[in-house]
Amino acid sequence: MLFDKFQTMADFQAELAEREVVPFGAVTEQILSSTEGVVEGRRVILAGTNNYMGLSFDPRCIAAAQAAAARWGTGTTGSRLANGSFAEHEALEQEIAQFYAVGHAIVFSTGYAATMGMCSTLAGPGDVILLDADSHASIYAGVKLSDADIIRYKHNDPDDLAKRMRRLGDRAGQALIIAEGIYSMLGDVAPLKEIAAVKREYGGYLLVDEAHSMGVLGDTGRGAAQAAGVEADVDFTVGTFSKSLGSIGGYCVSQHPELEAIRFCIKAYIFTASSSPSIIASTREALRIIVSEPERRRRVWDNASRLYDGLKALGLPVGPTASPVVAVEMVDRSRTIDCWKALMEAGVYVNLVIPPASPSSNFLLRNSVSAAHSNEQIDTIISAYADLKAAGLFEPAQAA
Amino acid sequence: MTDYQEYLGFLYSALASQNKKNIELTESTHLVADIGLSSLEVMEFIEKIEDHFDITIPLNILPDVNTIGELAKKVRELNP
Ligand SMILES: Cc1ncc(COP(=O)(O)O)c(C=O)c1O
Repeated sequence: MLFDKFQTMADFQAELAEREVVPFGAVTEQILSSTEGVVEGRRVILAGTNNYMGLSFDPRCIAAAQAAAARWGTGTTGSRLANGSFAEHEALEQEIAQFYAVGHAIVFSTGYAATMGMCSTLAGPGDVILLDADSHASIYAGVKLSDADIIRYKHNDPDDLAKRMRRLGDRAGQALIIAEGIYSMLGDVAPLKEIAAVKREYGGYLLVDEAHSMGVLGDTGRGAAQAAGVEADVDFTVGTFSKSLGSIGGYCVSQHPELEAIRFCIKAYIFTASSSPSIIASTREALRIIVSEPERRRRVWDNASRLYDGLKALGLPVGPTASPVVAVEMVDRSRTIDCWKALMEAGVYVNLVIPPASPSSNFLLRNSVSAAHSNEQIDTIISAYADLKAAGLFEPAQAA
Repeated sequence: MTDYQEYLGFLYSALASQNKKNIELTESTHLVADIGLSSLEVMEFIEKIEDHFDITIPLNILPDVNTIGELAKKVRELNP
């Protein structure tokens, strides 16, 4: 039957309903600030957003959005290729190119469209794409659509990438290598210095998705490539406005003038309406703010270390280094759901991540910090975990 | 240069440790339906083949490959 393949999900939903938890699509009834809301009737600290710079509620961004809605209307009702390119979109493209100090930029309606669109369009039949095994779903979706030959390299493993580039022989020079800056689920940073070195040795093109690292890493917030000092080796940078910039939309920037021709070959750019002017206006304002207020970057890292050190001190299985994404890895699904529910009851709203969204067969309690979290909020999150631990929720589950 | 039989022979030996149901392996044995390999195990198995022969097996060939024989044939095709 057509619906058979959805049965596992239906069963899982039934199980969650029986246990009275709504980790997927829990409804936020009220937003009190960029770090607090009322979710499913409870006042909670938002500890699973991607609001790294804390800008989703910035009065300057809100005012810019309001003014743009009044001036340009609520939507463009058309594609960038047709009637949907307003002066706002063009201005943002210039500003994001300037921010990256490159000549060319494309603004997309979502980050997913940016990544999926670039990955599906750059390489085609007969080309080769090498992607990190833990790549985001938008990358997997894109490369699948490309009809190129697809090769996975081991997560964050430049030696494995090099081995695979060597095996390609002459084809390596045309290959598209894909990596992310910060990986969204575990918060680990790609070894871009080493990956760029592989590209220099074997040739090819490098695309980096800085979705979670833009704003967060690098001297001026351009991301992991800037932090690693290898921006000159990156052919295409893609990213999103939905995380550090607190709005929605995506971008691709490049030093290659060919990007202007590529633009009109990307279906995810052509066959979808452009962003509302209000969204573009708040994004422009947010970009100005992250440039003029670099202290936000320091703040998000202070919060990251505070949370990471706190959870680590409790003996919880967090990743190898601190990062604005701090994930607690769990083996048992049922235990993870219990923990998520208990955290929610303690007023801490984190992400529950299940395979295949998590990179292994493990389950995750994914916490993420914002520059806007206060020390007290971070400490509340840590103490909620401490209570869970005291209640024995992190002990290995008994076999049924 | 590696011929079909040689690939086949390697596939049988490489699958031995993953053949938990201990079924007889033939060219028509289905990797997922018969042996019960999970998607992760398929990836591990593919990597074993790649490393052994120092070749590349792109992911996009997998939807067309179900049995051990089909895989040996495909790998042979990719590395003439
Ligand atoms: C690596 C990566 N790329 C792309 C996206 C898609 O971005 P958006 O949610 O803004 O569409 C995300 C996040 O969801 C991501 O983590």
